[in-house]
Amino acid sequence: MKRETMFELAWMLPSLALPAAMLVAVTVTAFGAGIHVPSREGRVDPALLSEAELFADPGLYETGPGRYEVRMVARTWSFDPAEVHVPAGSEVTFVATSADVVHGLIIPHTNVNIMLIPGQVARTTIRFDEPGVHVLVCHEYCGVAHHTMWSRLVVDEAPDDPAAGRARKVGP
Amino acid sequence: MSDAVTDPRIGVEADDRLTGSFVAVALVALFGGAVTGLLQGLEHAGINLYGAVQPVIKSYYHGLSVHGVLNALVFTTFFICGFVPFLLCRALGRPLQSRKLAWGSFWLMLGGLLLAAVPLLANQASVMYTMYPPMMAHWAFYVGLTLVVVGSWLVGLNMALTYRSWRREHRDERIPLTAFMGLATFAMWTIASMGLAAEMLFMLIPWSLGVTPTIDALVARVLFWYTGHPIVYFWLLPAYISWYGLIPKQAGGKLFSDPMARVAFILFLLFSTPTGFHHQFADPGIHEGFKVLHMIFTFAVFFPSLLTFFNVVASLELASRLRGGTGLFRWFTKLPWGDPSFAAQVLAMLIFVPGGIGGLINASLNLNLIVHNTAWIPGHFHLTVGTAVTLTFMGITYWLVPLLSGKPLWNRKLALAQAWSWFGGMLIFSHAMHRLGLLGAPRRTMLGSAPYVLDEWSPLLPWVGIGGTILFVSSVLYFLNIVATLVSKKRAVVEVPFAESMTPASEGPRILERWSLWISIAIVFVLLAYGPALIGLLSETTSSSPGFKVW
Repeated sequence: MKRETMFELAWMLPSLALPAAMLVAVTVTAFGAGIHVPSREGRVDPALLSEAELFADPGLYETGPGRYEVRMVARTWSFDPAEVHVPAGSEVTFVATSADVVHGLIIPHTNVNIMLIPGQVARTTIRFDEPGVHVLVCHEYCGVAHHTMWSRLVVDEAPDDPAAGRARKVGP
Repeated sequence: MSDAVTDPRIGVEADDRLTGSFVAVALVALFGGAVTGLLQGLEHAGINLYGAVQPVIKSYYHGLSVHGVLNALVFTTFFICGFVPFLLCRALGRPLQSRKLAWGSFWLMLGGLLLAAVPLLANQASVMYTMYPPMMAHWAFYVGLTLVVVGSWLVGLNMALTYRSWRREHRDERIPLTAFMGLATFAMWTIASMGLAAEMLFMLIPWSLGVTPTIDALVARVLFWYTGHPIVYFWLLPAYISWYGLIPKQAGGKLFSDPMARVAFILFLLFSTPTGFHHQFADPGIHEGFKVLHMIFTFAVFFPSLLTFFNVVASLELASRLRGGTGLFRWFTKLPWGDPSFAAQVLAMLIFVPGGIGGLINASLNLNLIVHNTAWIPGHFHLTVGTAVTLTFMGITYWLVPLLSGKPLWNRKLALAQAWSWFGGMLIFSHAMHRLGLLGAPRRTMLGSAPYVLDEWSPLLPWVGIGGTILFVSSVLYFLNIVATLVSKKRAVVEVPFAESMTPASEGPRILERWSLWISIAIVFVLLAYGPALIGLLSETTSSSPGFKVW
């Protein structure tokens, strides 16, 4: 084998192995550890959100013991609801959409990072174990006051006896 | 259309004015982008100058739209449509097949640019270069940019016709390397630009004219990113052409392997386009399985970049050792660092290493959740298009402008200072942006005025302004040098630094030149990656969004 060919192979084989190894790592975390990206969750007419079951009354809903759903509507330049409180140890599912242009939702230091596209329902689930205040930030340019579009999620100390219930509205 | 070649008095220099015209438009656009970029950097550092630039730039977001469109769309496309056909003609030793078509495509692109520039500068198209509906710009913005894209197709068509004529006269020869790469680049671009063309023609233009009242925001995003990722290869491949085809000569050596370079370009032709969903990992409405498929294609396109890294670095090492360079890594210091064209491009290559690694992170499905739409992303693409491409193009102009104008570069030391200051400024800017992104700071956001800025972001924001200011100073040095070169009265004769190869093209397989085969496979990959997803989206579309003007 020519010397140059040896060099080429010595570079090419690791060059194939590197992306292959990353592919395996990503696949394991996505489908083994369950760190998913958003997928298909259905459509909704942005002009008729007030008639849509999920978005007629945005707010915090308790869906089970320690489980909550934030039904959220983004519009220029605010999130509805503007602030929610959940007890520490909660599993929170954001179900969100946009009423006008494309918006986004990121909660720094969590895996919450979704696009809010008019016509599409976005859904992502996250667990909050530590008490504290999180900012919810719109991370897609949505007009001249884009940088003022945000809301707050407060994780309170866990109560001793968490109230149990089914899909009952508990937040603003 | 063979008006040029039938006249033997018209040599390969016949199209130099055309090349110069394309490059001139590109550099004017780059200047506009540099000025608006400075304002953005300073804003992050807490120095808001938008009050001082009224009524030219109406807001941060108006300036940011101008910055992105001028730098990412106009500068790149016009430079490439000048430079790549120029190299093709020099390599084939013949002018473009049709001068009428050549100038026709230039004027079409310039006309389109001016049409789009009117609403853009008038704050009637502050929709960013991604132009996501249902944010609605003035129709002239969409029509103008569409004409630019159509013009770029005509440039590619002229290149293909030129190649066909050359092939008739040189039946058994291999295509010269830079011509081969130029053809592969424009073949890829023609396939890749169909998404944007479809979005413009069938969605944005009729909608902005009021013909169709509503639009499907997600379908538009899919069509945009169909073009939006491979367009980065349309920017990058001309830089690669210089790194493969010219830099080895400028280093004083030869290209390590010509056949390996061609294989890399064929792989880019095949894998560049079916990758767009990795920009939409965070989008609802697209099944996760399609996202995984596009991740695999994106990883595949990483491979030819690694081949490029090996081939180009091997060529540099070879050149250095010919100059007496020794050691495992020390040879790197014994390269012609005093040549600004060379230094700029090798610094661009160095920056592309973290740029490429960051790109792999972006492409990694769920890892992307940490960085999507954060400041990390502009931090990333200022390493890739903002430096690997832009600093390479600047380095190319350090010999191309003297060649076209017949005048020597005004000041080589100034050019070296320009290249190093771009390198340093970008390291500072990009490092701050990457870290801000990891801490969750959003991209394309007026962070200097945002009410939710976290304490941990604050110490990083001034560095965005410091890096941005150094980059602006670097660009001023650049334009000063180019203008001073053009107005000088000295004369110089400059040649294109075409590199030979250690392993000649004839050792590679002939099948590499079967264009119809590779283009067909590329189209099949696109149909596999996009067909089922698009059919699904279109079958359930409700096209429910009217237009909004929110700036």
